[in-house]
Amino acid sequence: MGQKLDYLKETPSQTAGPYVHIGLAPGAAGFEIYEQELGWDIAGPNARGERIRVEGVVLDGTGSPVKDVLLEAWQANAEGVYAHPEHGGEVEDGFRGWGRVITDFESGEWGFDTVKPGPAMGRNGQRMAPHINLWIVARGINVGLNTRLYFEDEAEANATDPVINLIEWESRRQTLIARRSERDGQTVYRFDIRLQGDGETVFFDI
Amino acid sequence: MTTPPKPSEFYQRDRRWHPPALSQDYKTSVTRSPRLPLISLENTASEITGPVFGHNDINPGDNDLLSNFAKTGESPIGERIIVHGRVLDENAQAVPKTLVEIWQANASGRYRHKKDTYLGALDPNFGGCGRTLTDEDGYYFFRTVKPGAYPWRNWVNDWRPAHIHVSVFGSGFAQRLITQLYFEGDPLIARCPIVNTIPDPKAVDMLIARIDMNATIPLDTIAYRFDIVLRGRRSTLFENRLEGN
Ligand SMILES: [Fe+3]
Repeated sequence: MGQKLDYLKETPSQTAGPYVHIGLAPGAAGFEIYEQELGWDIAGPNARGERIRVEGVVLDGTGSPVKDVLLEAWQANAEGVYAHPEHGGEVEDGFRGWGRVITDFESGEWGFDTVKPGPAMGRNGQRMAPHINLWIVARGINVGLNTRLYFEDEAEANATDPVINLIEWESRRQTLIARRSERDGQTVYRFDIRLQGDGETVFFDI
Repeated sequence: MTTPPKPSEFYQRDRRWHPPALSQDYKTSVTRSPRLPLISLENTASEITGPVFGHNDINPGDNDLLSNFAKTGESPIGERIIVHGRVLDENAQAVPKTLVEIWQANASGRYRHKKDTYLGALDPNFGGCGRTLTDEDGYYFFRTVKPGAYPWRNWVNDWRPAHIHVSVFGSGFAQRLITQLYFEGDPLIARCPIVNTIPDPKAVDMLIARIDMNATIPLDTIAYRFDIVLRGRRSTLFENRLEGN
């Protein structure tokens, strides 16, 4: 035996269970308790850049929508700056870049409004394509799943993105690309997440 | 003025310490577990930064589940408990000003949720959620009632041990964690398929809050201690600097 290293072990994860809404979105669980729920406004009123809506469903291994999911989003602003004191840039007043949404209990659809992020700097000076980081928890998910949403209309930036290029299989890269459309004059990106099976979304060990 | 230190990268998560995505005895995980390997990513700004919360996000009473839903002058039914502890990282450093959110069933094992139809009675004075920020030393506390055990559909006779769901942020998005707190001495812990998704008994032990007689309020409230450990950041002895950070 050598010397002892005094590191602690991380607290192990457990599933968020079916009632995650009570803790993280009590209004959706059916009762009002807090003066303000957190995470409903990602970009704030002053954010520059293109206003977008992001929508999707999370599908399980049988192809059925998962109806008790909670997703959290973490993104940079339109200049590619994260609202973090040490990230080295200013963000607009009220821009947090973080949000959480739950799925509709009947349809499994989720969606949030935000601004399209700009390209953030990655490792070794490599620019990353614009993306939104997503974290997905639900009953039956033992450790929260991390993925990234990239944008269909950023094909050039996506082609050189260092993270997309880590994915060996070209076909799997497509699972990270949100599809752009217009609805009532608004830009909507569709991003369906497949937990398992055909077209399984790429999840990251970050 | 010197610029503040840039946030550094996190230690790799020990995936063998956490439950695997697929655990046959926790049936819901079977169709909700990715089957392809996770793609391992070296941290970028997207992972080492994360949302910042402040005291204007929450109210001071949000951490008191005995009163945050109760009618004036009334209290929820059940054992009155304090749950307290510190949020640390793997370097044993305090994680200050981080958001801790909890939710739980009431003393009958019933959740205030439109999808919970268990026979256990709802308590008109208990909501079942709370939130707080850790202080400068990573310390947090809640006041609540001890939740009841409840049955759930997995095998037909599965019962969840008394537990509180706990959500923590840390300072980088890669530290995001949801877990569950169990209570020392509960015979249902060892029988629970969700607890048993965790392979190592030493890891399970980290989820069991200890009775803490020194933190009780005599003749009033009993206390349990629950420390939480988030991923630690690498030291920057020989740093490959993340450009633009
Ligand atoms: Fe529960």
